[in-house]
Amino acid sequence: MRFELQVALRFLQEGRVQTALIMGGIGTGVGVIIFLSALIAGLQASIIDRTLGTQAHVVLQPSEEEARPQLDRVHQDVLAHIQRPAQRLRTILGWPRLLADLRSRPDVTAATPTVEGSAFALRGTANRSVALRGVDSDSYGGILDLRSKLVEGTFDVTGTHAVVGVELAKELGLGVGDTLRLVAPDDHTELFTISGLFDVGITDLNLRWVFISLRSGQTLMDLSGGVSSIQVKLRDIYSAEQVARELGAATGLKSDSWMTLNSQILIGLRSQDSSSIMIQFLVILAVVLGIASVLVVSVIQKGRQIGIMRAFGTRQEQLLRIFLLQGGLLGLVGSLGGILLGTLMALGFQRIATNPDGSPLFPVALTLQLYGRSVLVALGTGLVGSWLPARRAAALDPAVAIRNE
Amino acid sequence: MSESGPVLQLHQVHKSYLGAVSTEVLHGIDLQVERGEFVALMGPSGSGKSTLLNILGLLDRPTSGTVAILGQDCTALDDAGLTRLRGKSLGFVFQFHHLLPAFTAEENVYLPMLADVGHFEPAMGQRARELLGRIGLKGFETRPAAQLSGGQQQRVAIARALVMSPALVLADEPTGNLDQASGNQAFELMREFNRESTTAFLLVTHNPGLAKRCDRTITLVDGSIE
Ligand SMILES: Nc1ncnc2c1ncn2[C@@H]1O[C@H](COP(=O)(O)OP(=O)(O)OP(=O)(O)O)[C@@H](O)[C@H]1O
Ligand SMILES: [Mg+2]
Repeated sequence: MRFELQVALRFLQEGRVQTALIMGGIGTGVGVIIFLSALIAGLQASIIDRTLGTQAHVVLQPSEEEARPQLDRVHQDVLAHIQRPAQRLRTILGWPRLLADLRSRPDVTAATPTVEGSAFALRGTANRSVALRGVDSDSYGGILDLRSKLVEGTFDVTGTHAVVGVELAKELGLGVGDTLRLVAPDDHTELFTISGLFDVGITDLNLRWVFISLRSGQTLMDLSGGVSSIQVKLRDIYSAEQVARELGAATGLKSDSWMTLNSQILIGLRSQDSSSIMIQFLVILAVVLGIASVLVVSVIQKGRQIGIMRAFGTRQEQLLRIFLLQGGLLGLVGSLGGILLGTLMALGFQRIATNPDGSPLFPVALTLQLYGRSVLVALGTGLVGSWLPARRAAALDPAVAIRNE
Repeated sequence: MSESGPVLQLHQVHKSYLGAVSTEVLHGIDLQVERGEFVALMGPSGSGKSTLLNILGLLDRPTSGTVAILGQDCTALDDAGLTRLRGKSLGFVFQFHHLLPAFTAEENVYLPMLADVGHFEPAMGQRARELLGRIGLKGFETRPAAQLSGGQQQRVAIARALVMSPALVLADEPTGNLDQASGNQAFELMREFNRESTTAFLLVTHNPGLAKRCDRTITLVDGSIE
């Protein structure tokens, strides 16, 4: 074994109580970091999951027809008379080509065309305003996998089949196999047969969304051969804003990312991140100071031993390494305890924080990466904390150290 | 380093401690120790014996004057150079044994070799056990240093000072803290090693009886050699 390692281990062994206490401190610190990180990562993943579970990352739509005033410097008041034209569903020109282009991009995992508009659903005397979703059943699953959200029937939107949410079905007294009349704003109307009921976990969407085929959507919305939006999923969700801007500039279409559409959520996530970093920083600082103070005391206590070591030929850089190693070892072993503690706390939390049905509110994110990072952080913390004491040990004047009886 | 010539040469060594008032403790010491010599250093308390020993042990630097170990002038050496020379050519025994309590007797003996080489080699253990056998501590090899008696600890410290076969061993009152029998035993050990090798000894003692059994006695009074 290396001389330095052997001495470092013996010194730690010698100061048994101090070693145990500071390891407890490091373990607690690392435990808090792991618990906090796992909690926040889990929470954020679940928030993003919930947000993006029913959303595309980027949505392309025809740009809004903005009435452009003739810029007449003399008659500024003309601006007051400009009005937006009545909203009318318009198609994305050349969408098949655009769709193919999108699908060939390496950062795009899925792209699908949809016809979206509002309509009335009639069943007997009951009626409800709904959001029509004319979708391409082959590719829509890449955006929202409705097949996995079905509670009854199948996801079949071919011909005049429709899939509705459980909430709407309850409201209108519908079941699989029943018929439903959909009426578009310009009185286009058609009768559909319910093939399946879905539950996406959000009551409002379960109440409003009605899925039909792209073709039926085009017919009802009077958008023959056209689509009203293209929905895109990306490999990296956080690149959405960038990609949306790029696509908007390249196509001239209205291009929105989930990040703009959910800016509040994003702000929430970011402030969670920064407060978590702040707490972790403070915990690390406390651990660094703890390690430093324990080792400074140890250097003072071992002054005579250090003096005699210098006398029998121990070099300054060897003493430096001996104390850095002690810091590193404290950090390393402490972090293993911390991993255990943090994992237990996180799993305990998961067990306590449950939905009414007993399932966890969200899964805590205990990853190998988090463990690895914690070990590295603790190791670094140990080295930083032991830097000053190590310098003091190396700089100790042997004559003085030996004289002090 | 020359193979012949004195082990130690001091020329006009002055030492002052700088404090509120600067006091000179050593006033121009000239001293030479030959190979294999066994020298006693005597003098009243506060006369500067330990100060002198620290300087010629390269643990402290003189304020002026030169120290040469094996013909090598140490004035120009940096800390690393002094440390290397100390480790290879000098051995130390102090009044209070100064063993590392967390290590066993055997480990304490070979620690200087371990520090020199950087990693353990079986030959180190062998050398340490051989020395422990010679100082009558066979069977105590794996005993933690803290569990040895004062006399035993001092003998281990002597073995440690000898493990690198140094040219000079500096012993500052090595028997001062021991009862007469143990002190005698420790002294005899050093005398024996000295006779069997070329290792020179410089021994600080207050005991005139011991000093008589040395080759030569130097007396320090008020920072000057009489
Ligand atoms: N670090 C220091 N700073 C200031 N003065 C010192 C220092 N070390 C020693 N002295 C002084 O130098 C003088 C010589 O001290 P030293 O320890 O060398 O004496 P000594 O001969 O070894 O005495 P003893 O026999 O009691 O061990 C003393 O007056 C002491 O107070
Ligand atoms: Mg003294």
